[in-house]
Amino acid sequence: MSRRRVVVTGLGVVAPNGTSVSKFKEAIQNLDSGIRFIEELKDLKFSCQIAGLPLYDDDYLNNYFNSIQLRGLKASGLEYGVMAGIDAWLDAGLPRIPSETPLWDAGVIFGTGILGVDKFREAIYKVDQGNVRRLGSNTVLQTMASGISAFLSGMLGCGNVVTTNSSACSTGTEAILMAYDRIVNSQAEIVLAGSTSDSGPYVWGGFDAMRILPYKYNDDPTKASRPMSASAGGFVPGSGAGALVIESLDSAMARKATIYAEILGGHVNCGAQQNGGSMTAPNNEAVQRCIKKAVQHAEIHADDIDAINGHLTATSKDPVEINNWCEALGRKKSDFPYINSLKSHVGHCLAASGSIESVATVLQLRDGFIFGNMNCEDLHPKIEALIDNRQVPLKTLYTSPNIIAKASFGFGDVNACVIFKKY
Amino acid sequence: MNNEKLLLKLKTIITPYVQNEEGLNNLSEETDFIQDLEINSANLVDVVLDVEDEFDIEIDNESMEKMLTVKASIEVIEGKLAAK
Repeated sequence: MSRRRVVVTGLGVVAPNGTSVSKFKEAIQNLDSGIRFIEELKDLKFSCQIAGLPLYDDDYLNNYFNSIQLRGLKASGLEYGVMAGIDAWLDAGLPRIPSETPLWDAGVIFGTGILGVDKFREAIYKVDQGNVRRLGSNTVLQTMASGISAFLSGMLGCGNVVTTNSSACSTGTEAILMAYDRIVNSQAEIVLAGSTSDSGPYVWGGFDAMRILPYKYNDDPTKASRPMSASAGGFVPGSGAGALVIESLDSAMARKATIYAEILGGHVNCGAQQNGGSMTAPNNEAVQRCIKKAVQHAEIHADDIDAINGHLTATSKDPVEINNWCEALGRKKSDFPYINSLKSHVGHCLAASGSIESVATVLQLRDGFIFGNMNCEDLHPKIEALIDNRQVPLKTLYTSPNIIAKASFGFGDVNACVIFKKY
Repeated sequence: MNNEKLLLKLKTIITPYVQNEEGLNNLSEETDFIQDLEINSANLVDVVLDVEDEFDIEIDNESMEKMLTVKASIEVIEGKLAAK
């Protein structure tokens, strides 16, 4: 029996370089960076004083949250996720006001690494002062990881699976595949899938302490994120949220929804921190296996892939990732697909990276372009030895890719790869 | 503080949590926060914290449990104010 077909019918994004899908698309086509100097990080003596931070007025939140929800709201990831999630839902033509009967066939799988860090900080101060009774009712709701999926399901009336997955920087891509599985297995018709990541010093501090962020670009922020470049000096921390309405083809056709792309399949796995893998470094065999299994599961040939949206964070591991793609696909030099990294535009949005980058991937399929890589004029020699530099576009190419592979890799040696196709 | 003034202050405090506008328009001493105003029970804690801030008083758990209606709330607030 053939598998149910699964498509993408709605997109939402809150990214450092655009807080709506249209602005985001324009930014990635024009190579507008979302990375900027953050005064607070300087004051707190961070080595890396730049970051990718979505910008919007507080008033903008009134479009998404009611007055009670806004009281004491101190969870940036919750703001980003709710905005992106609701935008995607409306973009798919689904109703904003929940019906009294839950939508039993519509779920929410919205991941995060940690939620409501600033709220948690506020709570810690109060608790330590012996003032726990003054925490109020919203501390738990804003700091439980599943707060984001819970808020979205209540706002939209989703009555199928409502959960929050967490797998470090592969969280967003994993959420999409969890949604895909749910629909393929006929357990749901629609899943609002995505991920979000809080911003701020308490989220980024641990990475600064690991000395894996660039510290030489504090006065030149837009040049700091340099994936695949010989001068890559670490990843720029980012934040935001991406959301995709994932739906069975049957359901999308029945309600005459606009279909943006098809999800052919994918794979998630883990290198178990063996054979060179560790908490922070990938087991290359696992990465290659993940890509190969994704291709196999999508029932395509490796040669069918027109472009790759890589994980490519701008650390010394980028050449290793390129080599893994070459090995997994059996393609190199001029035969290698186009490849790009959104992190050159927005930094590494951590748990949100997979979903924001998947939104970019679907936009490329829908509107026919491959966005250019920023700050990669000096392609790393180890990468140049593997693939033709024309496959790493420096400017946006207006061409119509048919199939794009999107992968994300995370701490804990976890991997996720999804195969999207133009519909 | 007279009763009317206190009621007005209490109304301002509870307004953001009220989900039944009609109940708010008909606000009286007999009004029940959950039954008549459809205030989410979790938000009763926030109402009490806002009352503490507004009147500069501290409301103990036992008193808090009583504050389910306008009348009971006013009694608690008056008692705490008198004890100040």
